[in-house]
Amino acid sequence: MSGIRVLVGTRKGAFVLTSDGSRKKWGISGPHFAGWEMYHLKGSPADPQRIYASQSSGWFGQMIQRSDDGGETWTAVGNKFVYDGATGTHQWYDGTPHPWEFKRVWHLEPSYTDPDTVYAGVEDAAMFRTTDGGQSWQELPGLRTHGSGPRWQPGAGGMCLHTILLDRSNPARIFIAISAAGAFRSDDGGESWHPINRGLYSKYIPDPTAEVGHCVHRIAMHPSRPDVLFMQKHWDVMRSDDAGDSWHKISGDLPTDFGFVIDVHAHEPDTVYVVPIKSDAEHFPLEGKLRVYRSRTGGNEWEPLTEGLPQSDCYVNVLRDAMAVDTLDPCGVYFGTTGGQVYASADSGDNWAPIVRDLPAVVSVEVQTLP
Amino acid sequence: MIRVELPAHLRLLAHVGAEVTLEVEGQATLRAVLDELEARYPVLCGTIRDHVTQKRRPFLRFFACEQDLSHESPDTPLPAAVVAGTEPLLIIGAIAGG
Repeated sequence: MSGIRVLVGTRKGAFVLTSDGSRKKWGISGPHFAGWEMYHLKGSPADPQRIYASQSSGWFGQMIQRSDDGGETWTAVGNKFVYDGATGTHQWYDGTPHPWEFKRVWHLEPSYTDPDTVYAGVEDAAMFRTTDGGQSWQELPGLRTHGSGPRWQPGAGGMCLHTILLDRSNPARIFIAISAAGAFRSDDGGESWHPINRGLYSKYIPDPTAEVGHCVHRIAMHPSRPDVLFMQKHWDVMRSDDAGDSWHKISGDLPTDFGFVIDVHAHEPDTVYVVPIKSDAEHFPLEGKLRVYRSRTGGNEWEPLTEGLPQSDCYVNVLRDAMAVDTLDPCGVYFGTTGGQVYASADSGDNWAPIVRDLPAVVSVEVQTLP
Repeated sequence: MIRVELPAHLRLLAHVGAEVTLEVEGQATLRAVLDELEARYPVLCGTIRDHVTQKRRPFLRFFACEQDLSHESPDTPLPAAVVAGTEPLLIIGAIAGG
């Protein structure tokens, strides 16, 4: 019987939850790396026992941990992230130039085909890659030196590269997103990049339709349809049908289109999930009701999913890397909250239940579907 | 023999107890001690001082003999009692955060 492994990164450690394919009873291990901020953990599609984890601390900096046995044991690997060449400046919060400074790894994206190759999205925004299982990391400097860097600026969480999408059918194509610069695409394996933000409209930058400067919170893609992208922006839920060359708004009948997460059903490429958050000023669900919204039409028409989720006095947030799906049938959907709950649905979102609660604030959730 | 006390998180990373002892060749300075500490426990590289600039990470402090050595030059000789091993060099995490 298939199994599920849920990798949970929190503000104070990592947790690994496991279940069989029924997804009814869950075991939990952790905290791993207790007391450390665990921004992201992700397993290798090429070797599910290989898991990478970003471990960081305001005191002690960045560590990268690797497990070769599905999260039972871990080994610290390389933690040296050095920008390639002169760093230049980006905008600071007040609009003045500020030098690039490495702070932490936000996101780790292992290759589809090689367990030793992993991409890392870091703050201040840049892309790194390892090809030796994490022992050494090299920047792909074409992104940071694209030319628009001096116009990038930090969002509230820092100037982070938080989303990396690999195209399983075309290894040369990579999508990334940066808060607050926007989305970028490479068609040559990460050597060169160009912004893909046409159609985005952001009132918080001087030119709302500028080439860069948009606070993109998350991008999602179905692996079978890599030219179709879904975006949760600071405000606005967006869709592209041409690999990011243009975007159009699909917020439709959402009660608010601010939010952080967005993800796509494993078997239905037009079924999309978001968790609307009240506003940029109030990072909690509207009306104190935790609702996942699902569109089965690729956007515009959305239905609230509430069964099993708190519908009163709920004031948690769901951060950008804290939603994932499994590939069982029916598809499982998972998300974590800043209140320390991880909710799961084993029926594509119709019914929900917490599979763990009272963890530290959840930063990231990833799911592995095991044979 | 120089005694170095590490904060709890670094002890876990290096798989050591509260105190490690190091033999430092030549003049015992902060730089020499940290060089030896990182050579013995490579996992600590980058956790106490920056990989490239070698500057102390801002939320860490170096204390010894009831003195704050954090702002001394890394090439200043350590106090005699630290060199003699009668007093430890303390690497301390700032009291901050939650």
